[in-house]
Amino acid sequence: MTEALLPDVKFIVFQLTDKEYAIPVSEVKSIEKVQHITRVPHALPFVQGVINLRGVVTPIIDLRKRFGLEVKDYDDTTRIIIVAAEDKEVGLIVDAANDVIDLSADSIEPPPEIVGSHAADYISGVAKLDNRLLVLIDLENILGEGEN
Amino acid sequence: MELNQYLEVFIEESKEHLQSCNDHLLELEKNPDNLSIVNEIFRSAHTLKGMSATMGYEDLASLTHKMENVLDAIRNGRIAVVPEILDVVFLAVDHLEEMVQSIASGGDGKRDVSDAVAKLQLIEQGETTLSGNAEKKNSLPAASEAEQAAYNDFDEFELTVIRQSKEQGFGAYQATVALREDCLLKAARVYMIFEVLEKSGEVIKASPPVEQLEEENFDHEFTVVILSKESPEEIMAKIMKVAEVESAVVNEILLLEESTAEDRQNQPDQDSVTETLVNEQTASPQQDEKRSEKKQNHANKTIRVNIERLDILMNLFEELVIDRGRLEQISRELNNSELHETVERMSRVSGDLQSIILNMRMVPVETVFNRFPRMIRQLARDLDKKIRLDIIGAETELDRTVIDEIGDPLVHLLRNSVDHGVEKPEERRRKGKSEEGTVILRAYHSGNHVFIEIEDDGAGISKEKVLEKAISKGIITSQAAEGFSDRQVYELILSSGFSTAEVISDISGRGVGLDVVKNTIESLGGSIAIDSKENEGTIFSIQLPLTLSIISVMLVEIEKEKYAIPLTSIIETAIVKSGDILNAHNQKVIDFRGKVVPLLFLKEIFEVPADGEKDEQFHSVIIVRKGDKMAGLVVDSFIGQQEVVLKGLGNFLNNVFAISGATILGDGKVALIVDCNALIK
Repeated sequence: MTEALLPDVKFIVFQLTDKEYAIPVSEVKSIEKVQHITRVPHALPFVQGVINLRGVVTPIIDLRKRFGLEVKDYDDTTRIIIVAAEDKEVGLIVDAANDVIDLSADSIEPPPEIVGSHAADYISGVAKLDNRLLVLIDLENILGEGEN
Repeated sequence: MELNQYLEVFIEESKEHLQSCNDHLLELEKNPDNLSIVNEIFRSAHTLKGMSATMGYEDLASLTHKMENVLDAIRNGRIAVVPEILDVVFLAVDHLEEMVQSIASGGDGKRDVSDAVAKLQLIEQGETTLSGNAEKKNSLPAASEAEQAAYNDFDEFELTVIRQSKEQGFGAYQATVALREDCLLKAARVYMIFEVLEKSGEVIKASPPVEQLEEENFDHEFTVVILSKESPEEIMAKIMKVAEVESAVVNEILLLEESTAEDRQNQPDQDSVTETLVNEQTASPQQDEKRSEKKQNHANKTIRVNIERLDILMNLFEELVIDRGRLEQISRELNNSELHETVERMSRVSGDLQSIILNMRMVPVETVFNRFPRMIRQLARDLDKKIRLDIIGAETELDRTVIDEIGDPLVHLLRNSVDHGVEKPEERRRKGKSEEGTVILRAYHSGNHVFIEIEDDGAGISKEKVLEKAISKGIITSQAAEGFSDRQVYELILSSGFSTAEVISDISGRGVGLDVVKNTIESLGGSIAIDSKENEGTIFSIQLPLTLSIISVMLVEIEKEKYAIPLTSIIETAIVKSGDILNAHNQKVIDFRGKVVPLLFLKEIFEVPADGEKDEQFHSVIIVRKGDKMAGLVVDSFIGQQEVVLKGLGNFLNNVFAISGATILGDGKVALIVDCNALIK
């Protein structure tokens, strides 16, 4: 969130259904193609399992499930964005990750008040860029409630 | 001089010396008459003083100096060893530890130590008023000046050692060695001379003292006293063989009884009395000490390696183990005999490598145990109890990862034994036990495990009280209590919200302790068991894995998923016919070697997605155990045994039911490791 207040921060843009979301580059460690995911029994429903990320066992969250969207099979464009927040390192499954953009602080607005969808809790702001609307996600909230 | 590079060494060595002070002080408390222990403490303190002065930590040096004065007085028999004085010395050592700690964490090692200094000085002054009398006493046995000279300033037990050796046919010689003026490495020459001398006999005294010799703190001449069966000429010739020795003079030391036999008759009583007394007591420890010193010298052929580097090495090796698994798999698939041989050879070599790396990370449990004697002493004094702590098997080695974690649980258990276990002296007397309670801390290897036991001869656990308490606290119901075995009852004290001491003391807490202990130990892959007899004592027995990083597992398949089951909890594998599965209270069980063993279908427990019901005739079952309880885990098929690297699931996924971690298989996929302890209740 603090990054959002600084001028011209780089964001990774990714897609879920037909919407575009953004996450600060500083929170992203890498972007991976989908690989074998080992299911973890009794984990929270949106935890897809764990993968072997170059020798490190990394938990994977399906963002569609996390946001309460309809589930879709993984395809060629599906990506895993490896993010790090506090001491946790987690992969997020998204439909596609295809853009890096610069956003200036004044283009970012606070999230709309209306609680329209389940996803509202995980939004830290909205940015308008030309005629695109980007939803900035709040990583800490996404991971935070995952703790049991 | 740039001192920073020595700082690490200084801190490490200071810690060692302080630890040795602590250990020996405790020993001294038990045997106040054994002056060789005082010497040992004095030596440590002296080295510490020298080091800290060199490094510029004046406070450290001056406090050590004060402590040394007191020790010196004890050594010379001017102060008697009583607990009060030791308390002050312990206090000083505590301060020194704090100072070293502060230096280690980047501080300046300054600290307000006025209380300890004042107390030390008080003792020292008290000593000086006493010493007048003592000196008078001392001067009595030493009858004449002439005799005194013949003794050449030997103190009493050096004399006794000389006497005793003479009886055994050794000669005592005084060798005066002069090094050449232009000798560059005096310390090295001294070392060589000592080595030569140690080969022909035992060096019992050096002047100036060995420490100063090693620091090159002498002119060009020094004197040593040696006990040897060789002739003075031989010894002289040997010394002269060392390079840069200017001259060596070896004289036989004539003792009182030989030189002035008549005088001795005038003073027979005191002299012989002290002589024989000291003879028995100090001569043998003196020699033992020499021997142990030699052993130490031998063991000191080590280098210090930063733990971080070892961790990096371990990580790299873990990667290698994963690749090894992958290679083995490929070679099996390709079925090429040449590849097969190479891979097999590589596996063997890396297996050896693995055991060496694991060994390098092994640390004796001593590093954890050595702080306990002090703690127990303090606790016992605080609680007015008399307690002896026996440590057995301190040399037992454990992986550093385990060592780091095991300290706190042991502190808890020891405190528990001292507080709740061992009774007060009057109560012990009433029960017909000796007033002094014993707590035994024992460590030993067994198979792939290390066992640590804490045994006390105290009150034991009262079953009735435990049950009463557990029922009143709502941990169990009174119906459930009836069917409990002794062991199950004892294990109740490990459950949370339980405290059996009627009076809650600040020593072993409020019953939050023991369940934490249990959790810590189980998270380390270990287990804890309790055995107790009322009025006879209690044993807490902790079982720990040797290492946490690489474990042997049995890989199994359930539908399309692979799981790893630690070999340590497996008793055996079996194939069970469907017809042999019995039903008991809605629980499927089998008869396994005359025992009824419950069956757990991992497919159901782990909610493995299945493609259609399969009606199988045979089931693959893995019999696992936790303590003396067993269970049969039903899987689809066994894959085989493998060494795997244990990895965590990351901070995001902690506390997953019945999964203790994960590992990466040869094909790069992640397999979960089953936590059998959680499955067996």
